[in-house]
Amino acid sequence: MLVQEFLEHSAARLPDKTALVCGERRLNYREINALANQLAFGLQARGVQRGDRVAVCLDNTVEAAVAVWGTLKAGAVLMMINPSTKLEKLASNLGDARATVLICSVEKTRQCAPALGRLTHLQCIIGVGTGEVASESDGGKVVGWTELLEKYFDCTKAPARVCINVDLASLMYTSGSTGEPKGAMMTHLNMVAIANSITLYLQNTEADVILNVLPLSFGYGLYQLLMAAKIGGTLVLERSMAYPHVVLKKMVSERVTGFALVPMIAAILLQSDMSTFNFSSLRYITNAGAAMPVEHFRKLRTQFPQTQIYSMYGQTECARVCYLHPDQIDIRPSSVGFAIPNTEAWLVDEAGNRLGNNARGELVVRGAHVMLGYWGKPEETARALRPGLLPHERVLYTGDLFRTDDEGYLYFVARRDDIIKSRGEKVSPREIENVLHALEGVVEAAVIGVPDPVLGQAVKAVVVLKNACELKSKDILRYCVAHLEDYMVPKFVEIRDALPRTSSGKVNKREL
Amino acid sequence: MADIEPQIRAFIVENFLFGEDSADLTPESSFLESGIIDSTGVLELVGYIEKTYNIKIRDEEIVPENLDSIRRLAKFIQSKPLLLAK
Repeated sequence: MLVQEFLEHSAARLPDKTALVCGERRLNYREINALANQLAFGLQARGVQRGDRVAVCLDNTVEAAVAVWGTLKAGAVLMMINPSTKLEKLASNLGDARATVLICSVEKTRQCAPALGRLTHLQCIIGVGTGEVASESDGGKVVGWTELLEKYFDCTKAPARVCINVDLASLMYTSGSTGEPKGAMMTHLNMVAIANSITLYLQNTEADVILNVLPLSFGYGLYQLLMAAKIGGTLVLERSMAYPHVVLKKMVSERVTGFALVPMIAAILLQSDMSTFNFSSLRYITNAGAAMPVEHFRKLRTQFPQTQIYSMYGQTECARVCYLHPDQIDIRPSSVGFAIPNTEAWLVDEAGNRLGNNARGELVVRGAHVMLGYWGKPEETARALRPGLLPHERVLYTGDLFRTDDEGYLYFVARRDDIIKSRGEKVSPREIENVLHALEGVVEAAVIGVPDPVLGQAVKAVVVLKNACELKSKDILRYCVAHLEDYMVPKFVEIRDALPRTSSGKVNKREL
Repeated sequence: MADIEPQIRAFIVENFLFGEDSADLTPESSFLESGIIDSTGVLELVGYIEKTYNIKIRDEEIVPENLDSIRRLAKFIQSKPLLLAK
């Protein structure tokens, strides 16, 4: 089975059912499938072939959802990029993946087309939205979304299938401790296995209406879209949780049954006055991305007494690892339970020996959902994927430290590197430090995560400046805003005369 | 109250653009669409407005129609009664 068949099967079975609610727009399965077919033909006409990378850099919109499906139908590899990504990083991402197509907002085509036009592998930039897309300096690479799709408006069938299920379906980029993002290669088989497992334990049916406020560029957000289509349910797609009241009203009016949270969304939700809303249709809430403070779980239980709460853990390299059964949430709220169906998870010590209950060690994962490796990064791949139980099999070493209790329930302890979790997303201190070091006047910079009631961890940068340098914190923040994705921009910038050192001369981040 | 728009603009420039004024920031620019304010910035904005203009904004008033541009904000603030000084 290929990932896009989730949509195609539901479109064949339930053509008139609402598949997607986004802002004022409602699309049924027939409509969204037809748009995806049109895009797939458009991509192929622009030269996209099996295995080519198509980058999608869009806010949560109807077009973003169509772009996901259209890319897969064209036989291409989907690469989701956070829409707040700035030009330099966008160009470096596209370069790393050697992407052939970029789908982004019309506004972005205007800002980026001249620079991106120089990327030789990039054959086409598709601009979504109103306004003029063409720029004289882009070498004819830019085309409008509507213009492209219109040519294929009568294509009701998908293009001929060109992939098999061991082909790549997606490159999912994740922050690495080296500061350079890594693209986790996920096959159709991987992604179908994940969706099967998750929808099994969440007991999803076509009666489900799933609310997603997380960016589709974030794996956990993307899977909401894929799973909703797989079960023939409805996805309510919101851009963000910026206006909680608007989202809550939508939750009630659409009779949402499932809501995917990260701790930041839970914190915003719990600050809102929910007394006037009736959430009786809400069957389940999930948490992933980062560990939820136990206090949040308690408050969610009080606020949504009839709703099942699933505390889950995963990472981009396999999407999901484990979940806590909702009947355990009051008993061991800080646990993330056991491995998801049809997978295994266990702990190993430093020497790689498998540990039993009541132990502490690195979490290892085995299953059909484990990635094929990191795109173009054999060394990092060899560190993450190591020999498994069977000859030639590889299992995933997560780099996360866990413990188990007497009964074998899993508990997250810490990352083994210094990766920060802010808004549920991984943030690499090194990547931010690299950006800060490039700022004229900065001698040294160190970035850490500090506890934050809403974000989970907030990013803090400590910077040492050259003598007589006049930069203020605000100037450094302004520079960060121009060069980093929203979730990576430091909340605090502190200027110091020197950074604390360990005896070996390294920056001592514990003292920051 | 005519000078509300410049005040709001100054606050946005200072706190969300870190002093970098931009010609793209017109009274009608959507804060969210243009990426000036992200999902965590709205509550910060509400806190500022409540404090500066001595008004109370209810949860159900925190909607894009009231808050998502300089002009909308100015109009919204002018429609609100001032809290009585204690």
